[in-house]
Amino acid sequence: MKINELIAAHSELTDAAAGKSAVVLMTRIRLARNLAAQPFPGWAKEAQKREIRDQCMQAVASLPQMKRGLALPVESLDELQKQILVERHLISRELSHAKSGSGVVISKDQSCVVMVNEEDHLRIQVLRAGFQFKKVWATINALDTALEEHLDYAFSPQLGYLSACPTNLGTGIRSSAMMHLPALVISGQMDKVVRAVNQLGMAVRGLFGEGSDASGSIFQISNQTTLGESEEGIIKHLHGVLTTIVEQELNARDKLLEADPNKLRDKIGRAFGILQNGWLLNSSEAMNLLSLIRLGIDLGMFADTQRAVVDRLFIECQPGHVQHAAKGAFEPNQRDVLRAERLRAEFANVPAPDFTNATQ
Amino acid sequence: MANPLKCDLCAKPATVHLTQIVNSKIHKVDLCEACAQAKGVTDPSGFSLADLLLKASLNPEPSGDARCESCGFTAQDFRKTGRFGCPACYGHFRGLLDPLLETMHKGSAHTGKIPQRALARKTLYERLTRLESDLDQAIKAERFEDAARYRDELSQARSAATRPAQDKHED
Repeated sequence: MKINELIAAHSELTDAAAGKSAVVLMTRIRLARNLAAQPFPGWAKEAQKREIRDQCMQAVASLPQMKRGLALPVESLDELQKQILVERHLISRELSHAKSGSGVVISKDQSCVVMVNEEDHLRIQVLRAGFQFKKVWATINALDTALEEHLDYAFSPQLGYLSACPTNLGTGIRSSAMMHLPALVISGQMDKVVRAVNQLGMAVRGLFGEGSDASGSIFQISNQTTLGESEEGIIKHLHGVLTTIVEQELNARDKLLEADPNKLRDKIGRAFGILQNGWLLNSSEAMNLLSLIRLGIDLGMFADTQRAVVDRLFIECQPGHVQHAAKGAFEPNQRDVLRAERLRAEFANVPAPDFTNATQ
Repeated sequence: MANPLKCDLCAKPATVHLTQIVNSKIHKVDLCEACAQAKGVTDPSGFSLADLLLKASLNPEPSGDARCESCGFTAQDFRKTGRFGCPACYGHFRGLLDPLLETMHKGSAHTGKIPQRALARKTLYERLTRLESDLDQAIKAERFEDAARYRDELSQARSAATRPAQDKHED
């Protein structure tokens, strides 16, 4: 598979099972693994890094799960291609900035990714649309076990899997969910939720990880600690917290509808109007409008089938995807025109919101 | 204030005081305005207290000259980056690491997945190496009965190693 085929192909997040879940957009687990007796990527010399990369990429690409996937050194990708992979959550920003000696292997359906020589020699990642920790853990556990057949991992019986940063030591696991929490944001409760989640030892980030903003009311919530608890324990703990947040969000929606239904109808109606008629939309505004449409779908104002469309547009209205669709590099203000044009076309034939359903 | 708290990161007067409870242990961090901003403490999209604690607890330690024998990484490199140079660093810098693990994680012992296949392969490799050297020594010392026994064990172990992995270890 070539990079352009992969970009053109349907992906797990933009198509597959998308659109089924009201609050959890995506479930993701990553495992940090390193080779025994090799310096970590941040400390390895260029030649060592390339040697490690070749060994890892060969092993990963040989797995049945990665059959007919894509395996590439990062330096063979241009900036736009890297940006698209970041926007699809397939590679990290850190890997996209890697100068040399790093690589990536992506499965054909774009649900399994192994980053090579990011912070660790191997960052194995599985993502699925919806709230699916059991399935994602089963997939990544099998992938990791299969890889262990080919590679000697750095492992200590006392400390577990050894990672470049001790914050990932032990299981090397980070399990996370991407959550759409518009009602908690609108009702001003998100600060409280972030504080509570932090106090439980979990992290809250924006859509694109550390330091990114939470446009579109989308948040990533993940475990922080990796040592002293089993993978299943960590996932179960996180799952419990996420389930509570889902309940909070649904409660907040009920309250908004009860307290001031016109305010909510107005927000959603205006969002629809701008998406159908706007001519200049930056990605942050587009995300916020799409977020309101998604809320409208959950509340029965639009057809359920629209949810998958919105989930796809969350990704396709990002700067890299907008430029790719227009086949060229464009300045931000030109992108805003292109993005608005795209959204006008997508929403031209969507029936107007049916507000009679919204008070249920 | 008679004795204002100092920022854990830069020693300026601290104005942001943060308390987080991880596994029923209370962690307190005091920061000045600038560091709090820089670390995203005031950012509603979240920040990582683990990173913060890591760097804060690294700063006040007097520096040592410890150097990892395997990769040359120093304790100072670790203080600067918060990362290690190679897997062997975990052994060399154990003294530095242990107090950190308590604040960073739920415990200091791994209770999760174990790479069964890789460990079995390592055990087998070590056994083969030992048998080879035993065989060598037995031949040199002209203990031929022992040598014959080692040779048989060795060929047995080697044939086990070439069998498909699924037969050897069930997980």
